[in-house]
Parts: sequence; C-alpha cells; structure tokens
Amino acid sequence: MSITPVPPGWWKMPLHKEEKIWISIALIWCIAITIAMPAWHFVGQQNSSQEYYTISAEDYNTLAEDFMEKYKTGTETAGDWEWDVVTPPPGSDIFLRGMQWKWDPILKLKKGETYRLHLSSIDVLHGLSIHPLNMNFEAVPGWDYVLTITPTQAKEYRIICNEFCGADHHGMIGKIIVE
Amino acid sequence: MSDFRTCSITGLKVHLPAEKLIKINAVTAIVFLLVGGILGLLLVLTRWQAVHLLPPEFFYRFLTLHGIAMLVAWIIFWEMAALYLTSAILLNSRLAVPWVGWLQYLLMLVGGGLVAVIILLGGADVMFTSYVPLKADPLYYLGIILFAVGAILGCVVFFATLVVAKTEGTYSGSLPLVTYGAAAAAIIAIITLSHGAIVFIPTLLWSAGLIPPMDAEVYRLIFWGFGHSSQQINVCTMVAVWYMLGTLTVGSTPVNEKVCRTAFVLYILFINIASEHHILVDPGFSAAHKSWNTSYFMHLAVLASMIHAFSVPAALEVALRKKGYTRGTFEWLKKAPWGNPGFSALFLSLVGFGFLGGTTGVIFGTEQLNILSHNNLRIPGHFHATVVAGTTLAFMGATYYVLPLIFQREVAFPWLAKIQPYLFGIPIMVFSTFMMVAGGFGVSRRSADMYGSGGFSVEYSPIVDISLSIMGISGVVACLGGAAFCVIAVATLIIGKKIEAK
Ligand code: HEM
Ligand SMILES: [Cu+2]
Ligand SMILES: [Cu+2]
Repeated sequence: MSITPVPPGWWKMPLHKEEKIWISIALIWCIAITIAMPAWHFVGQQNSSQEYYTISAEDYNTLAEDFMEKYKTGTETAGDWEWDVVTPPPGSDIFLRGMQWKWDPILKLKKGETYRLHLSSIDVLHGLSIHPLNMNFEAVPGWDYVLTITPTQAKEYRIICNEFCGADHHGMIGKIIVE
Repeated sequence: MSDFRTCSITGLKVHLPAEKLIKINAVTAIVFLLVGGILGLLLVLTRWQAVHLLPPEFFYRFLTLHGIAMLVAWIIFWEMAALYLTSAILLNSRLAVPWVGWLQYLLMLVGGGLVAVIILLGGADVMFTSYVPLKADPLYYLGIILFAVGAILGCVVFFATLVVAKTEGTYSGSLPLVTYGAAAAAIIAIITLSHGAIVFIPTLLWSAGLIPPMDAEVYRLIFWGFGHSSQQINVCTMVAVWYMLGTLTVGSTPVNEKVCRTAFVLYILFINIASEHHILVDPGFSAAHKSWNTSYFMHLAVLASMIHAFSVPAALEVALRKKGYTRGTFEWLKKAPWGNPGFSALFLSLVGFGFLGGTTGVIFGTEQLNILSHNNLRIPGHFHATVVAGTTLAFMGATYYVLPLIFQREVAFPWLAKIQPYLFGIPIMVFSTFMMVAGGFGVSRRSADMYGSGGFSVEYSPIVDISLSIMGISGVVACLGGAAFCVIAVATLIIGKKIEAK
C-alpha cells in the first residue's frame, strides 16, 4: 500500500521483466531526444539567433531613430497610429524598435535579400510575432537581439506583440512589407 | 491523549491540531479555486472571439488574478493540506509544531489576500510573471514574498513532523511512498520558494523606488529558474496523490518501491534545471547554455515521469486483477470503479497530464520548435493540460477522500460527484487541445483582442475561428465541472451527513 509504511527489504526487490523493458525503452528514448536536440542545432540550422549585445535603451533608441531618418521613404497611418515607412538597402543593418505600444518603423524589404535585424525595446518587454509565419522572438530592453533574416515570400506580414506590455498590448501590431 | 481521535474508517490516529490545519488550508484552497474559476469563465468568454466579453482593462486584470489565484493560491494551499496529511496523519504522529503551521497559514493568507486586493484595485496589471521593468505596486511583491515564506514554513513543519514521527517511533519500516513523494515535493518547494522570495526582494525595493531596476533578461532567467522549477512541486505532489488515490480507490500497492522512489529522486535532482525553455528565443544566453539546460537534465526528469507513467497504471492493473478481473487484456480496465470520483479523477488526470500536457511540454520546449510556440496560445494550452487536467483534477479526486476522512462528513450530492471528474476533465482536455491548435496559427496568449485595437487589422486562418469556438464551449463546460466540485465541497461541509466516530 502506498499510504502505509513499508517493511525493510524493499530496496532488494528485483524488477519485473516488464518494468525492465519499459524503463530501458524510456531511457533509450530520453537519450535519443537528448542527443537529437543539440544535433538538430547543427544539422537543421533552424535555430533562434545567437547574436546579441547589451546596449542601453537610450543608445538603441538613437541608432533606431538615425536608421529611420536615413532610409525613410514615406508614412502610413491606421487608426490613431502613424508610422514611418523605411526602405533600407539590401544587406544593411535594420532596426525594429518595440515601445508601448508600437512597432517602429514599417520595414519595406526585398525578397531574397538578407538583412541584419536589430530587435529591442526601449521600455518594457515586447514579443515579436511574425504573422502568419508564427515565428516568435523576445524583444528585451537593454539587449540588441540580431536576427539575420532573408524574406522568401513577397507579402505583407503583420508583426504582433505577444509579450504582455501593458494596457494596449493587443493593439501593438506593426507591419513588414516584402516586395 | 485528548489531542487525538481514532478514524472510524481507517483506524488511523488523527492528531486534532493537524486536522484543523488540513481543514483550514483545504477550505482556503477551494475558495481560491472558486474565485479563479469565476475569472477563468470570464477570460474564456473573452478569448472566445465570437463572444469577446471583457474590455481589455479587465481582461488583463482578471488574467493576472486568475494566474495567481489558481497556479499559486489554490495549488499551494492544497499542497499545504497534503503535506500535513501525508506527514502527521499517515504516520500516526502528532504534528511537530502546530503554531508554525498556523504561521504558515496566516502568512499565506495575508500574502495571497494582499496580492489579490492589489490586483483588483488595479495596482498590479503585470501578469503573475511580473516581468521587470513593468511595474506593480510594492505591496504586490511584498504579498508574494509573504506567501512564499509561509509556504516554506509549511515545508519546515512537514520535515519536523517526519523527525518527530521517527524519533517517537509512531511507525516502523520506511516512509509510505506517498509521504516519500510529498517529501520530494517539499524539498523542491523549499529550494524554489526561497529563491522566489529572494528574487522578489530587489524587485520590491526597485518598485518602492529605492534601487535601480534589475536587467530584464536577468530577471527572466531568475524568475523562471524558480518559477518553472516550482511547477515540479505540483508534478511531484500530483504523482504522490496518484499513488494515494490508487490505494484508496482499488487498494493498489506500488509494483516496485525501489523504482518509484528512485523516480522521485530523479525529480529532485534534475527537474530543477530545464527552466531555460522559457528563454529559448531570448537574447543573452548562448544556444549551448540553453540546450544543455533544456535537454540533458530535463530528459532525466522526463524519464522519472515515464517511470511513474508505468508504475501508476501497473499498480492499478495488478490490484484490479487480484479482484478477479483477469479475463482478456482489458477486463480489469472495464471493471474498474468508474463511478468512483477518486478513480475517474485519477485516471483522467493521468491521461491529461501524460498524453496532453507532458508530451506538448517536451515538444514546445525544444530549441527550434519553441520559435513556433513562444507566447502563443500553445503555451496556456499546454499548461492547462498539465496543471489543470493533471494537478487540479488529481487534487479534486483526493478531496473526495479528504472530506470523509478529515472533515468526517459524507460527500454531498454523490450523483454529481460521480460525474464531476468527467465534467471537468474531458472538457478541459478539449479546451487545452484547441487552445494549442489556435496557437499553432499564431494567436497570441495574453491578448485582449487578437484583432488589435483599431490599427492594422490581422487575418487568421478560418481554422482559428472554429478552434476558439470549441475552446470557448469546452472552457465553459469545464467551468461547470469546476463549479460542481466547489458546490459539492461546500455542501458537504454544510449539509453533509456527519460520520459518527465509533
Ligand atoms: C475551467 C477552468 C479554467 C478556464 C476556463 C481557464 C481559462 C483560462 C484562459 C482563457 C486563460 C487566458 C489565456 C490567455 O489569453 O493567455 C487562462 C490563463 C491561465 N490559467 Fe486558466 N483556466 C481554468 C483553470 C485554471 C486552473 C485550475 C489553473 C491553475 C491551476 C489555471 C492557470 C492559468 C494560468 C497560470 C494562466 C496564465 C496566466 C497568464 O498568462 O499570466 N487555469 N486560463
Ligand atoms: Cu508590446
Ligand atoms: Cu505586448
């Protein structure tokens, strides 16, 4: 009985055959997935980025603003929001700034070209969810998270904030245009 | 010996101060379950986009409180009751230091109450994770610290009682398996809760304006370092409760004590790691760091769960076969006491936790797949399978035994009790599943409106609509199942027939 004390000797009780089989299978399976995960890191190359730097929110903000000013090609509005539309040259360093409650700017990218996307926040945590790809990354104040991206489809992507960031968290929806 | 009574059902000596503490903790747990359940209903009626009940402000406020009331208050108050039950009562012993037990209760009540009030007053719309630099009122963090300290005291009383029982010779041989499992849970609790109390001290000081904020990523690392690990308190207690329900419902005996106990030790040793699956798509830590943390050590803890996944049903099968249900491979299963809520809760909890919660946890916690699951509805889908279909349901099942044994009353509305685990367990699994389906199409968690608030519109696959509707309907039914549990428990306390001491 599992609710009554056990007489001595329980440690010496041999395992049944079924138990041995099950534990062996479970152990092999656990070892397999333990190896599979790091292995896929190298084989699959589908990993989250490992490039990141610490940066103060002010410095990041300055870089992002300079970037937006430099490559601004227009503006766009929706509801009460207004965005700069920014068209950076292929291969460049691009910035996506999270703040309460806006993703800045609207990025216009070229299909098949590679960019270094600097993701961060200047206030609280935000979450970058690229919709409808459903790829998700965390935007952390104080950290510049560099995602090297190559858009493969010409399309308008939504970027939805998916880390709770305050009153209008659900309204924090931006856009990336790939053409 | 006026401090004891003898249980008329089990013949166990029941220490009255321990009994009082079990009662008060269990009742408080159920009150929080009721509060959290009402909020859960409002939340699901909001996430069910076709209904979309609450305005954002209240959605976020209630979501914060739902997380606290359920994951923190309901579960940990119930675990305190379980610790006193598995130490003093099962070991025929007196509770070591009842006044510390009362201090546990008071600190948790004051802390939990403070947190709840602050949230309702709008002082802490930060979710239970309270990621810095999103700021809550200092009293919120203070409440959490008080609650954690209280819970640690409960664990101290538990271990002190084990020592008392041993030295006073109230039992012979080794600890019962259930007590052993509870001890594993208590060890994990002491480690994780003290970390929790510690990390909230700088957060409290920062919120009070005394020190600069902590780095946001460091907070996430530390928060999940104890936050995820503390979920293993729930896993451990739940497994212990599974073994207990196996014995109480069909008289099962663990097939091999050595195997079961070793598995509990694996939980203590390894499950405390794994916590970095929360930060797999964050900056700040190398992939090597994260993979090591989330693969090696976690999978040894998964091994422990796999072992229990065999031992618990195996023990049931052996016990039922001994009763003569030996025809074919599955007669024992067919003839199992499905009308006994303790048994059906055990079985559904096993299925929900194992097949739905555990598997999805391993999947979403994988380095690459996490990119597709981080912070979308897959995550609450996963943990409503573990902590609701698994832990909560197991605790409900055990409550059907605590009521007669500790409160000495016959369970009220037995017909309702008979179906309650099904009414709660099955819909919650459906709810979790379709939450995960919607998450797979990119619907965010913790979002008051997945279509935004007047800026850019968002389009979703048509499957999302259907999924959220199924999630909504099953969530509402699950709330009925949860309400049935609360009604039965409260009615038992008020009008349940008294069981006379012999
Ligand atoms: C029938 C009962 C329940 C229903 C209908 C329900 C419903 C929900 C819903 C709709 C959400 C919001 C998901 C989101 O938008 O991110 C949620 C979140 C949550 N629920 Fe439940 N829930 C129930 C029971 C429970 C129980 C028993 C527990 C714990 C033991 C629990 C723990 C949580 C937690 C921790 C969260 C996350 C809060 C956050 O994101 O900060 N729930 N629940
Ligand atoms: Cu945001
Ligand atoms: Cu947000």
